[in-house]
Amino acid sequence: MTARGCTNTPVLKERGQREVFCGLTGIIWLHRKMQDAFFLVVGSRTCAHLLQSAAGVMIFAEPRFGTAILEEKDLAGLADAQTEIDREVARLLARRPDIRQLFLVGSCPSEVIKLDLARAAERLSAEHAPHVRVLNYSGSGIETTFTQGEDACLAAMVPGLPQTEAKELLMVGALPDVVEDQALALLAAMGVGPVRCLPARRSADLPAVGPNTVVALTQPFLGDTHAALMRRGAQSLSAPFPFGEEGTTAWLQAIATEFSVSPEVFEAVTAAPRARARKAVAAQAQDLDGKSVFFFPDSQLEIPLARFLTRECGMTAIEVGTPYLHRELLASELELLEEGPVLSEGQDVDLQLDRVRTARPDLTVCGLGLANPLEAEGLATKWAIELVFTPVHFYEQAGDLAGLFARPLRRRNLLSGLAPRVEAAE
Amino acid sequence: MKLTLWTYEGPPHVGAMRVATAMRNLHYVLHAPQGDTYADLLFTMIERRNHRPPVTYTTFQARDLGADTATLFKTACQDAATRFQPEAMIVGASCTAELIQDDPGGLADGMGLSIPVIPLDLPSYQRKEGFGTDETFFQIVRHLAKPTPRTEQITANLIGPTALGFRHRDDCTEVTRLLADMGIGVNVVAPLGASPSDIARMGAAHFNVLMYPEHAETAARWLEREHSQPYTRTVPIGVGATRDFLAEVARITGLPAREDSARLRLPWWTRSVDSTYLTGKRVFIFGDGTHVAAAARIAREEMGFEVAGLGCYNREMARPIRALARDYGVEALITDDYLEVEAAIAALHPEMILGTQMERHIGKRLGIPCAVISAPVHVQDFPARYSPQMGWEGANVIFDTWIHPLVMGLEEHLLHMFRDDFEFHDAAGASHHGGQHVPAPATSSVPSDDKGATATPVAAGDAGSMPAEAAPPAAVAHTTPELADPTAILWLSDAERELKKIPFFVRGKARRNTETYAAQRGVTSISVETLYEAKAHYAR
Ligand code: SF4
Ligand code: SF4
Repeated sequence: MTARGCTNTPVLKERGQREVFCGLTGIIWLHRKMQDAFFLVVGSRTCAHLLQSAAGVMIFAEPRFGTAILEEKDLAGLADAQTEIDREVARLLARRPDIRQLFLVGSCPSEVIKLDLARAAERLSAEHAPHVRVLNYSGSGIETTFTQGEDACLAAMVPGLPQTEAKELLMVGALPDVVEDQALALLAAMGVGPVRCLPARRSADLPAVGPNTVVALTQPFLGDTHAALMRRGAQSLSAPFPFGEEGTTAWLQAIATEFSVSPEVFEAVTAAPRARARKAVAAQAQDLDGKSVFFFPDSQLEIPLARFLTRECGMTAIEVGTPYLHRELLASELELLEEGPVLSEGQDVDLQLDRVRTARPDLTVCGLGLANPLEAEGLATKWAIELVFTPVHFYEQAGDLAGLFARPLRRRNLLSGLAPRVEAAE
Repeated sequence: MKLTLWTYEGPPHVGAMRVATAMRNLHYVLHAPQGDTYADLLFTMIERRNHRPPVTYTTFQARDLGADTATLFKTACQDAATRFQPEAMIVGASCTAELIQDDPGGLADGMGLSIPVIPLDLPSYQRKEGFGTDETFFQIVRHLAKPTPRTEQITANLIGPTALGFRHRDDCTEVTRLLADMGIGVNVVAPLGASPSDIARMGAAHFNVLMYPEHAETAARWLEREHSQPYTRTVPIGVGATRDFLAEVARITGLPAREDSARLRLPWWTRSVDSTYLTGKRVFIFGDGTHVAAAARIAREEMGFEVAGLGCYNREMARPIRALARDYGVEALITDDYLEVEAAIAALHPEMILGTQMERHIGKRLGIPCAVISAPVHVQDFPARYSPQMGWEGANVIFDTWIHPLVMGLEEHLLHMFRDDFEFHDAAGASHHGGQHVPAPATSSVPSDDKGATATPVAAGDAGSMPAEAAPPAAVAHTTPELADPTAILWLSDAERELKKIPFFVRGKARRNTETYAAQRGVTSISVETLYEAKAHYAR
């Protein structure tokens, strides 16, 4: 290997104000994936407000997540808080007999007052077994950033998974069902199996794990889950992540090699979807080719996405920010990402805003709090949260993924006749 | 501990943000973890603001906790003062910082900054957003308003409008016009658009217009005491209230009440014959206390509706709303639990709901039309066009928005005429609703297991600007009270057929009335006869 891409690029580490969500946000997509799970945050009104603001649309009668809001009297004595949790959980489970898995989710306030949710989970598990399993993890903002909440949740599930000696592929990451099914179909066509998923859609389908389990991560932010699986003796695959045609092919190839799929079979199964993906990406890439992109840190998807945009869509990356850089998991990605962009980890949002204003990229990928203000300064933006809420993995979504970035640029062109003056809200 | 699935109000520091974001040249240093920055999107996305809220979050992490979060706070203060050069700063703690007890006010005080620093004490575990706006504005006024000679011309301050308020931007314009018609000028509008130096000269006004008691009552009282400025009690939403407001202003200023209502159209629109169908429509009203009180009066006196129930989510207004409810002969619902509101609406079967963003969703689930009258609201309730609630134009806007979700009088008539036409089918709904309106789901018929009917989530077609989510596959059966009723009443088939001939938008009511009528008389099977007896019984 001659070119090592960004493997040795020094990383700009920053520490200041961040403009990111906390790990509680993951509940928004996790609860949709796990259809018999309830997520009970033990936190404050702020936590409840965060969840409903991030969920945005609430079209159902009763969501499968909620917040047990701590009140003045809970802060006074801890013994009391444990009983309060028991009471709220009993009430909840009585009202929701469909719930089979309950996650007690820690928040900043519960961590600061050292509320022992592990103890609560253990006690409640014993009490409500076998109907409901109770687990706990922390999605607090003092420990987790955005997608790290999913990592913490999945990692918490690992110790309880049954043991197996079978050689199985374990696909890890909460993907939309439609996307997961596509991957399962491709793997089945190659004769790779059995394939299990973590998280499973229903608690009855929980995967088993053991020394012959081969782990394929579908998301780059699952470092703790990965480590927990390794502790259970599982084997790890090193591959780029399945974004874009190239990433998907490389990801599948790593699995195919591990499961001794012949090159002919691999080619036969992937040729058609590869061609489709390339075509779909090419159509969107017309708007992206030659344009520059700047990533604010958000989901840890930034490096794989920068790799996709630069290698498949013809863009140049100016800065790729990530809340946390997991070098081991991203080794293949860093190799592929051509040297050039600043890699930054952590955030000092004011300094980063200074840099983006100087660089004036064609497209800025950032959080919802920054998007409109930057648009008002004349910068085109793509809100990062859509990248975790929308199906973007694997071949059939490669074009959609490129489209998410192309649309803001296309829209700018369409509206170019409008005066650049932007109307202030107030 | 209290389980909350959704909340009408955020934490109190979000209230402080609403004040800070409304103002200019003021900066808020909030001792808070990174995730609390979500609140920025309320302003930048929902209200489409084109600048970041002027808030610095200190972003402490777990590893800082044992160490030095106080220094982190001071550094953030210093950096914010240097970078943003505000005229004044407010400092405070979010719920997490409150627990680590760093005392932001004391820390900032000891830093010797050259600008006024106003400490906020907002108890996160006791109070909510509304308290946060009111207390923050009060503290700002208390610290910054200076004794100032009165302006020569009679002027007023407009106080209470904040960021993320329901139509606050346009209400300010409308109230300014009302006052101008009387020859009264506006000294300062605050907090919306005011800088700390504007606050300093608030004392120059002759009186204050308290636009939203939720956000500025404490400040109004203090200004009355300390600066001898009387303030208005009437909130000019609706025709009657606007007239009362002008009379009150006349009393305060000694000027004659001048009413230039040439642009007021509500009185004619509501009297014209198409509006006859509005008569006696039963409405349920819920929101913040101020808007609920105003809406109740309009509903009864200006629209000819019947107020079937009302309530508010902010406990601070519980007393006046209870009194109001007594006057309307209903019981007030004071709660911040939307499930209770939903249950109350389901039990009352109103023909229309006037509420917040949440009641709109409840209305969709129950198939009841809803117009929005109060915060919290979502992105589509921050319209590009001028659409106040206050004053004459506000009354026009209210007439339009309230009747919009209803089937028009003439259309109702036509639906009735053509109900048996092959092209007409109930599921089509009314023509101008663009597919959003779901006809009322049928209530329980003979079968005992049709819970699915009420549990069906509303189609995801109306996703806002937030990521669109499909309806959850496993929505939970949400039992409405009447479904739980074990005493099943049987509809005979000819009665069932007759019922189908009744237009869909009144069919649910006809069915319920008939069932109630039958139940009260111990009748267990409903015939055509029973149907018409019930109709006669309920005819008003
Ligand atoms: S950052 Fe902490 S306090 Fe804020 S919403 Fe997240 S968990 Fe709750
Ligand atoms: S439908 Fe969407 S946009 Fe409308 S109120 Fe609900 S969440 Fe907001």
